[in-house]
Amino acid sequence: MHFLTKKMMEMKLKNNSIGSWFIVIAISSLFIGLIFGALGGIQYIFPNFLKENLSFQKMRPLHVYLVINWIFCAAAGAIYIYIPDVTGKKLFSNTLAKIHVALQLIIVVIVVTGFFFGVFGGREYFEFPPYVILLIIAAWILFMINFFTTVKPSFNNVPVYIWSWSTGLIFFLITVTEAQLWLLPFFNNNIIRDVTVQWKAMGSMVGSWNMLVYGTAMFVIEKATGDTTINRTPKAFFFYFLGLTNLMFNWGHHTYIVPSSELVKTISYAISMTELLILANIIYSFRKTYLKTNPHKHFLSFRILTYAEVWILLNLTLSLVISVPAINLYTHGTHITVAHAMGATIGINTMLLLASFAFIADDITVDGKFFNRNFNWGFMTLNISLLVFWLSLVGMGICKIAATQQKNGFYEIMDKLLPYFKVFTVSGAFVVVGLLMVVIPYFKLFVRSLFAKKEI
Amino acid sequence: MNKLLIFAVLFISYVSYSSWVYTKGTNRASEMTPNQQLGKQLYQEYNCQSCHQIFGLGGYLGPELTTVISDKTRGELYAKTIMENGAIRMPNFHFSPDKISAILDYLKYVDANAFSYKKNDGNEIKK
Repeated sequence: MHFLTKKMMEMKLKNNSIGSWFIVIAISSLFIGLIFGALGGIQYIFPNFLKENLSFQKMRPLHVYLVINWIFCAAAGAIYIYIPDVTGKKLFSNTLAKIHVALQLIIVVIVVTGFFFGVFGGREYFEFPPYVILLIIAAWILFMINFFTTVKPSFNNVPVYIWSWSTGLIFFLITVTEAQLWLLPFFNNNIIRDVTVQWKAMGSMVGSWNMLVYGTAMFVIEKATGDTTINRTPKAFFFYFLGLTNLMFNWGHHTYIVPSSELVKTISYAISMTELLILANIIYSFRKTYLKTNPHKHFLSFRILTYAEVWILLNLTLSLVISVPAINLYTHGTHITVAHAMGATIGINTMLLLASFAFIADDITVDGKFFNRNFNWGFMTLNISLLVFWLSLVGMGICKIAATQQKNGFYEIMDKLLPYFKVFTVSGAFVVVGLLMVVIPYFKLFVRSLFAKKEI
Repeated sequence: MNKLLIFAVLFISYVSYSSWVYTKGTNRASEMTPNQQLGKQLYQEYNCQSCHQIFGLGGYLGPELTTVISDKTRGELYAKTIMENGAIRMPNFHFSPDKISAILDYLKYVDANAFSYKKNDGNEIKK
């Protein structure tokens, strides 16, 4: 078999396939989530499309949950695979890791089935019933036990990506718990408190998954350059702590319109969206180092990281613009916010995860011919269509602002936005095609790695 | 400087700030009545936020609902009619009159506490 090598077999034995399982779940989630996203886009143009059987009320949570699951599972899979490299030892407990995989699968099945049958908890981004959170927390704690017991970090001496992963793990647990405070009457019966805390939890939760994803990118950068000092410099830690500060305090830029204390808005505006700037700086440093060292090894990871850098710059610009309160007053509640979310999740997080996959694939394939012309076409289709998709969302937002200023009613605004919806839906379909062309080879690779022993 | 110390300082600041946000930072709204609580529960059970926004939270396929009651171009009757019959993009959920009443009550509560929206619209601040 082309893919099955001795090295790959070794990887399988070393990592017990846990990482591969997570990546297979992640790519499956992405695939199904993208399909629901594309169908949801069609509902913007044809309102009666699946209106009675699979309305947007179900379509959106299916899309949102599955694509968030993609990010978390892909990051978890990469971390499981990297842990032996980082520590030089086996995972603390394969049994815990297998239970983690099993729980993750059970959660996906419960959530997706529930959505199909209209069982909702009805919270933004966490639209499943609250009892599912208990399973999510249980699974996460298993992950944390395995990570911290295997890595046993001596925090003053470890590279920055260990800090990044540790922070991501801890803060996901904190924020996922915080997001359930609405179950207490003290929070639930006060709309301003409820909404503010929900924005706070979700804003910081995005920061937590960014920490996991950025950590994998930093690890790849270190391994690709062979420069083990790059993640231990004062500069690297300065940016890490700045990122952590953002995770903790910058969520308030979502709440300018919520009548909470003015101090919340002032603090978040002051800290602002520097998190993306942090990563841009790290990747920029990486490129300089990379070009000086080894321009051919891990070429694909480098190429994908370069595209991620472009997306960081685009999204950073948009973030800074919409963080200005006087501008946010108009952009809030428009698709410009969606453009920011899509740029961050597809343009940045997904690109970084793909770079991570490319790095892993380099280690488990022999001849470097794994990535064929289809992959290149897919990658270019993904980036070009994502740019059109992103611009259509920004255009939609600007058009909505103009129509709102003219005191147009909702249906009038929706009519004016129709041309943008068409561009958004068609380009979104191409994003799906491009992304699938890119991830399907990885999917095949990781599925085969699961059964490598048997086949060999 | 010791990295753990920096982390500890940041974490303590985060915990303190969170405590303040949970209490004094968000104590402006009035408390919900039981019927308004029921309305909120229904709003969540039917996953209304998938298409509608309240204070920026939610999707964009349907109209923003924070000030739907006081909005001169929409209002309570508009909201009630849509809930009774559905709309172009919204399925008819066949809400019972009690459910519609509870959801309307919840939307009135949200509207009454949307101080920042009223200020931006140039209308009178209710509280």
